[in-house]
Amino acid sequence: MVRSHVLVCGGTGCHSNNSAAIKKEFETLIKERGLENDVSVVGTGCFGLCAVGPIVIVYPEGAFYSGMKVEDVAEIVDEHLVKGRLVQRLLYKEKSDAHSVKALSETNFYKKQTRVALRNCGVINPEEIDEYIAEDGYQALIKCLTELKPQEVIDIIKASGLRGRGGGGFPTGLKWQFAANSPGPVKYVCCNADEGDPGAFMDRSILEGDPHAVLEAMAIAGYAIGAHQGYIYVRAEYPIAVQRLRIALEQAHEYGLLGKNILDTGFDFDLEIRLGAGAFVCGEETALMTSIEGNRGEPRPRPPFPAVKGLFGKPTILNNVETYANVCQIILKGAEWFSSMGTEKSKGTKVFALGGKITNTGLVEIPMGTTLREVIEDIGGGIPNGKHFKAAQTGGPSGGCIPAEHFDIPIDYDNLISIGSMMGSGGMIVMDEDNCMVDIAKFFLEFTVDESCGKCTPCRIGNRRLLEYLDKITTGQATLQDLDDMERLCYYIKANSLCGLGQTAPNPVLSTLRYFRDEYIAHVVDKRCPCHVCKGLARYTITDDCKGCSACARKCPVGAISGEIKSKFVIDPSKCIKCGVCMETCRFGAIVKE
Amino acid sequence: MKSIADIKAIRDKMKGQINLRDNKDADTETRIVVGMATCGISAGARPVFNAFVDDIASRQLKNVKVTRTGCMGMCALEPIVEVHVPGEEPVTYVHVDAEKARKIVANHIVNGNVCTEYLIGDNK
Repeated sequence: MVRSHVLVCGGTGCHSNNSAAIKKEFETLIKERGLENDVSVVGTGCFGLCAVGPIVIVYPEGAFYSGMKVEDVAEIVDEHLVKGRLVQRLLYKEKSDAHSVKALSETNFYKKQTRVALRNCGVINPEEIDEYIAEDGYQALIKCLTELKPQEVIDIIKASGLRGRGGGGFPTGLKWQFAANSPGPVKYVCCNADEGDPGAFMDRSILEGDPHAVLEAMAIAGYAIGAHQGYIYVRAEYPIAVQRLRIALEQAHEYGLLGKNILDTGFDFDLEIRLGAGAFVCGEETALMTSIEGNRGEPRPRPPFPAVKGLFGKPTILNNVETYANVCQIILKGAEWFSSMGTEKSKGTKVFALGGKITNTGLVEIPMGTTLREVIEDIGGGIPNGKHFKAAQTGGPSGGCIPAEHFDIPIDYDNLISIGSMMGSGGMIVMDEDNCMVDIAKFFLEFTVDESCGKCTPCRIGNRRLLEYLDKITTGQATLQDLDDMERLCYYIKANSLCGLGQTAPNPVLSTLRYFRDEYIAHVVDKRCPCHVCKGLARYTITDDCKGCSACARKCPVGAISGEIKSKFVIDPSKCIKCGVCMETCRFGAIVKE
Repeated sequence: MKSIADIKAIRDKMKGQINLRDNKDADTETRIVVGMATCGISAGARPVFNAFVDDIASRQLKNVKVTRTGCMGMCALEPIVEVHVPGEEPVTYVHVDAEKARKIVANHIVNGNVCTEYLIGDNK
């Protein structure tokens, strides 16, 4: 009889830190000690606290071990599993204070979270359908097929106030209603798992940790709108997610939860996986469907909207992974339960991938309306190294920055839009005082220029021009007139691009211009980068601390440093290529970067 | 292909196992702690532990968790079992075997009557 479960995180973060070897070591040692019938080792999805991975949790105690190495496994097996003593050394420590925290649920990181979409991540084995069923899996589908009419399912989703978690925030129930109202015998259900924003990994973690939740919700959606075929469009760069989806599909087929005559109710629904080749534009719904059809992933004008004329010209609904992950819970627990969470117009919870200058890099799920301060200070553990918060970037390349003055804003769809950012799919990149905002805008714009499909001119050429303005600014060649021209170009691109990619691409520029115009001015007028990030504007000078040793002059690759031994050397700025070698070489700290 | 009844049966069977991972109600749950240091194990704590786990699972008791601990210091009285019911003083049973374990579950955990005959005070 199993008395203890050892949960080893198998999310991508921990996996790339060798968690597979850790799991194997547990299995080997447990067998060696003759405990294989007492202890079961379970690979799970992401626990969320990726910063301290690989993570191992031992139940029933709930002991939360972090930063595990293969060598540590023996100690846990011998001490904890054999003798029942927690290994204090390996228990997670909250960074702010030194004492160990025993259980995951006791950490500040988890206390303020509400896990709906992520409820099974880090709890069940995603490759084992029985564990999903144990957590009421497929009960929502059974309820829909046996107790509810399709319209009743749609009414529940509508009443819950669930909005699309992929970025736009369109009401999910309404989308389903449109597709249900569209006539015709053939309709499709699609899942957008083409998560491409830099720094975002919410959907990947759900697919890796709880793939059946998405399959079940898609079957429910199929029942609601009258579709019998669905497609999951997932990027090929997510190998673990794809593999677990495949296993989940196979198991669901085996149990008769997908396919013909599901659970003997007469309802047919089947699913297929389509692999995306990693083009960012394929996250846009019309481009995604074009790609599923086997064509080059390019968007097309809307209307007609997919609910009327979508995949293969048939009525189609397309929802994001996280949206689907909420559906089964809403069916089981009711629309009222779901709408009791969140704010007036944004119900439920939202998953964010916390990244950048933050202590607890990882995955968090918070009720809508939680303030940015709570997310960053309480859950995220604040900014490391005692630095100050400057801004948080949400919505990826389509979103904008939230500056410190809006630190206490409750996070929901409408609030974020009102301050020039957006919810997006949920990437949240935190920036501190060392981040140059012009550089950040440039980073995102480089990304969108790279990923623009080239079909429409405003996006293909406009964004390229925009990037050239930013290049001029960061190398000190821009004028104030350029700033104004650039802003006007932003609005032009937004108004005239064909799809969401182009319409939102200038947002990072516009929002940094709005909140950090002084930094742009510093680049343009003073020809300096206040954060010393932009290489083109850096100036290296030698101070009076110079001992005249000539070490820097000998290292300088372009011979820009000259002087006499034992007296102060000087750097010729016209020759200097700002490589920084002199600063690294100087043993007296006599070279400064401005 | 499974039927709806099959799926429900799988759920009920698996729930007992998954419950082990539920740490949410740590304040309100009953804990059965079995001493499983060398002394406890050599005195027969393993079958006792398994008896508790089996019995709790087969009765589908929720909010009851069986855990191990190290040496409690009175090795002569092992296997020692402590039962912590929320809001009550902990109760310590000594010289427990598998059969006594099942009685403790039936009388104490389910019905709330302490098995006085196995208590530490009377068996020192």
